[in-house]
Amino acid sequence: MSTAVPTTSAPAKRKGGFTAAASNYIDERTSISTVVKELGRKAFPDHWSFLLGEIALFSFVVVLITGTFLTFFFQASMAEVHYEGSYVPLKGIEMSVAMASTLDISFDLRGGLFVRQMHHWAALLFVAAIGLHMLRIFFTGAFRKPRELNWVIGFVLFVLAMGEGFTGYSLPDDLLSGNGLRIIDGMIKGMPVIGTWTSFLLFGGEFPGTAIVGRLYTLHILLLPAIIVALIAVHLLFVVVHKHTQYAAPGKTPLNAVGPPVMPVYAAKAGGFFFIVFGVLALISSLFTINPIWNYGPYDPSPVSAGTQPDWYIGFADGALRLIPPGWEFVWLERTWSFNILVPLVGLLVFLGLVFIYPFIEAWVTGDKREHHIADRPRNAPTRTAIGAAGVTFYAGLWAAASSDLIATHFKLTMEGVIHSLQAVVILGPFLAYFITKRVCIALQKKDREVVLHGYESGRIVKLPGGEFIEVHQPLDEYDRWRLVSYESYAPLMIRPDAQGKISVWQKMRAGVSRWFFEDRIAPVTRGELEASHSDHH
Amino acid sequence: MAQDDNDGTEIVAAGSSSHGQEVAASPGTAVIPADGFENPGFPEHRKRVTDLDPKKAKSAERGVYTLFYLSIVGSVWAIAAYMLFPMESGDVFDVRLNNLFFGLGVALALLAIGFGAVHWAKALMHDVELADERHPVRGSEETRAAAVKVFQDADQESGFTRRSAIRNSLIGALVVFPLPAVVLFRGFAPQDQNPVELLSHTMWAEGTRLTLDPSGVPIKASDVTIGSAFHVIPEGLNELEHHKLEEKAKAAVLLMRLNPEELNETADRADWSYQGIVAYSKICTHVGCPVALYEQHTHHLLCPCHQSQFDVANHCEVIFGPAKRPLPQLPIAVDDEGYLVAQSDFTEPVGPSFWERH
Repeated sequence: MSTAVPTTSAPAKRKGGFTAAASNYIDERTSISTVVKELGRKAFPDHWSFLLGEIALFSFVVVLITGTFLTFFFQASMAEVHYEGSYVPLKGIEMSVAMASTLDISFDLRGGLFVRQMHHWAALLFVAAIGLHMLRIFFTGAFRKPRELNWVIGFVLFVLAMGEGFTGYSLPDDLLSGNGLRIIDGMIKGMPVIGTWTSFLLFGGEFPGTAIVGRLYTLHILLLPAIIVALIAVHLLFVVVHKHTQYAAPGKTPLNAVGPPVMPVYAAKAGGFFFIVFGVLALISSLFTINPIWNYGPYDPSPVSAGTQPDWYIGFADGALRLIPPGWEFVWLERTWSFNILVPLVGLLVFLGLVFIYPFIEAWVTGDKREHHIADRPRNAPTRTAIGAAGVTFYAGLWAAASSDLIATHFKLTMEGVIHSLQAVVILGPFLAYFITKRVCIALQKKDREVVLHGYESGRIVKLPGGEFIEVHQPLDEYDRWRLVSYESYAPLMIRPDAQGKISVWQKMRAGVSRWFFEDRIAPVTRGELEASHSDHH
Repeated sequence: MAQDDNDGTEIVAAGSSSHGQEVAASPGTAVIPADGFENPGFPEHRKRVTDLDPKKAKSAERGVYTLFYLSIVGSVWAIAAYMLFPMESGDVFDVRLNNLFFGLGVALALLAIGFGAVHWAKALMHDVELADERHPVRGSEETRAAAVKVFQDADQESGFTRRSAIRNSLIGALVVFPLPAVVLFRGFAPQDQNPVELLSHTMWAEGTRLTLDPSGVPIKASDVTIGSAFHVIPEGLNELEHHKLEEKAKAAVLLMRLNPEELNETADRADWSYQGIVAYSKICTHVGCPVALYEQHTHHLLCPCHQSQFDVANHCEVIFGPAKRPLPQLPIAVDDEGYLVAQSDFTEPVGPSFWERH
């Protein structure tokens, strides 16, 4: 017949040239148009603090790129060689192949030093950005339902990042990295029952052996990165599933996500920001030396220099070791109990464990099963903010202790004095920080109430007919007011007997914690209160 | 249920009215006042200067493309710098130049793209925010029911619940099957070594000469003046073919000569020193870092890593820091040629504590 029915598979002649043709080619093989339609115009809430997670992501990409370059030239072998490269002071010195190849990357490969430094700087930024990102999530309550699992994944990423950092730090087999491994060896040996054998298992015999660099290399370039990449993928998938949190603002509700669309504005901003992070790391790496292993020399169990420092993210662990007072070790049942090792180990694990489970603790205390998408202002959750400040103080005390010797020499203090002060910071500091932070938060909340109820100071002094001077307070407009009143407060839990007329210990405990959390809360201003305040005005 | 009722306020789901489509979830102890404020909605959108003034828009556009062109300059410069600043001379200064100029080119190439893109987005791209609706993360009731049905059907068709013997044996097998992989790692530790034995002995033996670290030159007692300190390794360490570092990590010693009156020696160790010359393990009893710093006039040894301090005058007892045990002492004597020698190995394991040590 002359009227041929066009089949759906025969593509209509389309206009638009190469881009259209290419898009069509790809879509017919991947159905990517569905993804673009779903995600392309998603609103992405925007705030500077949301960049912290992006910095972590982007610096990790830089770590991957530079790390891949380094694997082409680094040799993870502890075989002994005499260095014959071009760095004169170390010529002829016996060292491991790992150290020699690191020196070759630095001195005999054009741009090698640059990439090495970029790898190290990016790794430091990676851990730092993760830490700050976690603090942002914590202090704004962004870990609440439905994001608890993503907090857990993020926490695991944080631990893995530290593991990556430490394994990487140990690879060049220079004096500092060798001493770092010696400390790990000593810590492992101090563990009860399994310590000695675990050390032999890890080092393939006595410390330092000839196996450890190769083993750490496998962890550093294969196992840990693979897990990190997988977890980052899940982490980001969750961000898509949950949509991003947003700060309370006019028009923003728990039921919407407000921000620029992914295409084009967010893509341009985030894409551009990737290049900025990449570029800043390149700038730092071209200007500032990091980890000059050629100054330290190859690992030798005998020498060590004053001012020996771990990389900053391991500082809190090293500091914990330093803060233990003398004598915390004894022999019992013919076995050595090294509490000078165990207490720091257990202390750190408990601290990290509390960070890990915090979202679940708070959920249990509030009993709140709803989804939360509006990020809190830290002042509006005083107890949480105070707990965070206490944790930060604890961490900071341990972290500073890792530089106790440098603090002593630079500020001309006694080493004993520095250690004793930092012991006080670690033990008492968290309580002080908790108390101060909570009071500051409540004071800020009171100020907010004051501003909502009576307006802000206009700076205009008016003399009334009766001779009285008053400062005119300007009332807030509804948009500014909304930012100050749109938060939730929780009442302390009141316990009531259950159907059998009993009150369980669990409920009592929960009520106690709930009281501690919410007893002295400041509730947001209500319309009634605002009207009442107007009526008693001039 | 344990809940609170406040006067004038009630504990309800925040914005529960607007959360209509969400499955009813407990608000816990959240307090929502009955007369809370209403969300005023979006404020009016404010235009940017680039929206209002075409001249500003034009100059922003110029800024963006200038940055992108600058990026090309940076990349080209980086490649040129790679060629222009070789480092094959072996001079460290050339390495620095190579690093600096190549790096600056790369940084410019990257930063210019970054700032260009962000500037473009902020100054020129449409800046009206969109609002997406959120949906509860929980699947809809129908979806959940369908998912449950999938499992029920699978259970029916496989008999997973019904055939409990099969199920339990499978769970058991799955729990146990990874164990061989763990066992494989036994190969990580050498099987022919006894850790406790190895950790308890060092290279030092009766008659082993004390030699300088790292040269291996033997030390004469007469060369050790009062107040001096020597880093010491056993004779023959440098000639070891294997395990040189392992041996050194145990055998490293510090040698100091004090005025004999300043030494408080216990009776059983009185003959372990020689005319005020004492030798102590250099490996810290805390976690094994070398105790490398000696303060001459106080006779204190300091570990620079964790700041444990040891008093040489009192058998290196711990006077500060996290270490517990004194540094082990190496008994020394002088041979007929006047060289310092060890009387024996250390009489206890050196280095960090371990479980089986006592």
